[in-house]
Amino acid sequence: MTNDAAPLVEMRDISVAFGGVKAVDGVSVDLRAGEVVGLLGHNGAGKSTLVKTLSGACPKDSGEIVVSGESVTIANPRDARRHNIETIYQTLALADNLDAASNLFLGRELLTGAGFVDDARMESECRAIMARLNPNFASFADPVSALSGGQRQSVAIARAVYFNARILIMDEPTAALGPRETQMVAELIGQLKADGIGIFLISHDIHDVMELCDRASVMKNGRLVGTVRVADVTEDDLLGMIITGKTPGAPSA
Amino acid sequence: MTNSSSQADPPAAAPEAPGVRGLIRAAEIDSRLFGMIGALALIWTGFHLYGAFANGQGFFLTPRNLWNLSVQTASIGIMATGMVLVIVTRQIDLSVGSILGFCAIVMGVMQVDVLPQILGLGHPLLWIAAAATGLAIGACIGAFHGFLIAYLGIPAFVVTLAGLLVWRGAAFLVARGETISPVDPTFALLGGGPLGAIGATGTWIACAAGCAAAVALIVHRRRQRRKFGFPLRPVWAESALGALACGAILGAAALANAYPWPKGIVRRHAEANGIEIPPEGLFISHGVAIPVLILIAVGILMTVLTTRTRFGRYAYAIGGNPEAADLAGVDTRWVKVKIFALMGLLAGLSAVVASARLNAATNSLGTLDELYVIAAAVIGGTSLAGGVGTIYGAILGALVMQSLQTGMVLVGFDAAVQQVVVGSVLVLAVWLDILYRRGAK
Repeated sequence: MTNDAAPLVEMRDISVAFGGVKAVDGVSVDLRAGEVVGLLGHNGAGKSTLVKTLSGACPKDSGEIVVSGESVTIANPRDARRHNIETIYQTLALADNLDAASNLFLGRELLTGAGFVDDARMESECRAIMARLNPNFASFADPVSALSGGQRQSVAIARAVYFNARILIMDEPTAALGPRETQMVAELIGQLKADGIGIFLISHDIHDVMELCDRASVMKNGRLVGTVRVADVTEDDLLGMIITGKTPGAPSA
Repeated sequence: MTNSSSQADPPAAAPEAPGVRGLIRAAEIDSRLFGMIGALALIWTGFHLYGAFANGQGFFLTPRNLWNLSVQTASIGIMATGMVLVIVTRQIDLSVGSILGFCAIVMGVMQVDVLPQILGLGHPLLWIAAAATGLAIGACIGAFHGFLIAYLGIPAFVVTLAGLLVWRGAAFLVARGETISPVDPTFALLGGGPLGAIGATGTWIACAAGCAAAVALIVHRRRQRRKFGFPLRPVWAESALGALACGAILGAAALANAYPWPKGIVRRHAEANGIEIPPEGLFISHGVAIPVLILIAVGILMTVLTTRTRFGRYAYAIGGNPEAADLAGVDTRWVKVKIFALMGLLAGLSAVVASARLNAATNSLGTLDELYVIAAAVIGGTSLAGGVGTIYGAILGALVMQSLQTGMVLVGFDAAVQQVVVGSVLVLAVWLDILYRRGAK
């Protein structure tokens, strides 16, 4: 068990307000290497906003983010990437008019000696990682708008995996996928876990969380309801936390 | 002009031969390129035949007219390459015509009033100093617009609509509405004319360089693809593509060389150089005009910029999905500022070409150019929804617009009819574009 090591990420007392509404209100969560932590809650519970402060997409109003024991400032997505924090957004955040390789390397293009983008090398790298993630993927020349939902998802996943992420944020990674592709994502999560990567998994689906996660943090109305070890609770316990906003006093085994 | 009955074939014959579809697919060429070349062929032969029937003689498909057409296209074409990037990022620039006018007036004042006092009249560096000033001012105005748009969040439509008024008015204020002429003689060469062209020998040299570059490019791309083990185009397709490119370049060079200097200029040239004019007349070719060379150079540089650099990649990413570009760590605001600065720079360059061609800077120079430039980019396949557009398409689009304009002047339509036709063509082009994209999906 790696539970005794210093956490990979600690988010301490994070708050974000939009106008007068507190979207995230004093939430603390943490994540260890090789661990999957599920973030559960209704729509509007603040799960996405919370992780956006970690991925740099949304600035926090107060609180502290500690990566590997060091307090860090994450003001934009570039900062997050510098700390090896990668995000797979629910919307996938792909530029639909560009091909898979251009999306994979967007913002981090490989360059030739003369400083031009090296499309051939990027396509080659893209083919290599796709062969690993999704062997059926063959549309390297088409813009990603021409791809199926699963193929687009694998481009977004490849982007997070390629750059040696240590901390991975997955926002509803299986929401748009069929059963076979969902299985693919589950296998991938297992593989990344074994590599020692820490994963925040945002999900609506309690089955997913029970199956894939080590711990689950439940949010309601911007506040943290509680964090539990998945092995110690039942689906009904989690459901109860999501709906009532109360932690089960003594989890029944 | 009797001996100029050239065999300069129009480079655009509508491709009908069987297997052309296969060739297009194998060569991975945008099929709309052929659509545009077909439209050009239609416009050119249409105006030529109309002139032949209505006025007894067709003037369109003559070396003289096509050479002039190439020069007239330069100014709009240069700006259209910049407008591609602006529209690709889902912005618009309505101020380019006014920026052109303002830069031209400032350059005129520099050449006539300011620089002669500093450098002395006729100083060899005067034209460079004047042109550099124009480019710098254009870039600064563009950057300022970009700042207002990207950092203050004012919509581009508003900022550049205001710019349309502001810079036209500012041009008037600089010179109190006067026309400033003549420009520096060396500066005037940048606008074309018999002396502002590179002659027969220069044209053939440029043509050889162009063909060599086209072949080298094809070979290099093939090597790259083989190196990484990607699927290759069939050899016959590559060869056909190379032959087509070289044929087009050779045809254009032959055409430019088929247009001789007018008799008066030949006489003066002969007298100045002590050449005796033979009785059948002296045939001195124009060759490619300098503004056309500038357009070609701009086209190549802008193509490299859009397809081979991070800056270009980010522009397209912003157009495809601004939020995704942001989340990928692209500094989208700074990219937008650079794009508008580049647009301003190109408007300044067009001001050089336009005022040099006119040999004067007038307050109205570039009026309505913004519409022609936007039309050129859109006709050339730049999508107003953003994310899609090519430089070569925009230059071809500029050629289509200018061909329409020139053709209508040649067959004697008056200005009012011209406006009606140009406006209608723009709407038609956008509608065809919508149909094309629907068909492509």
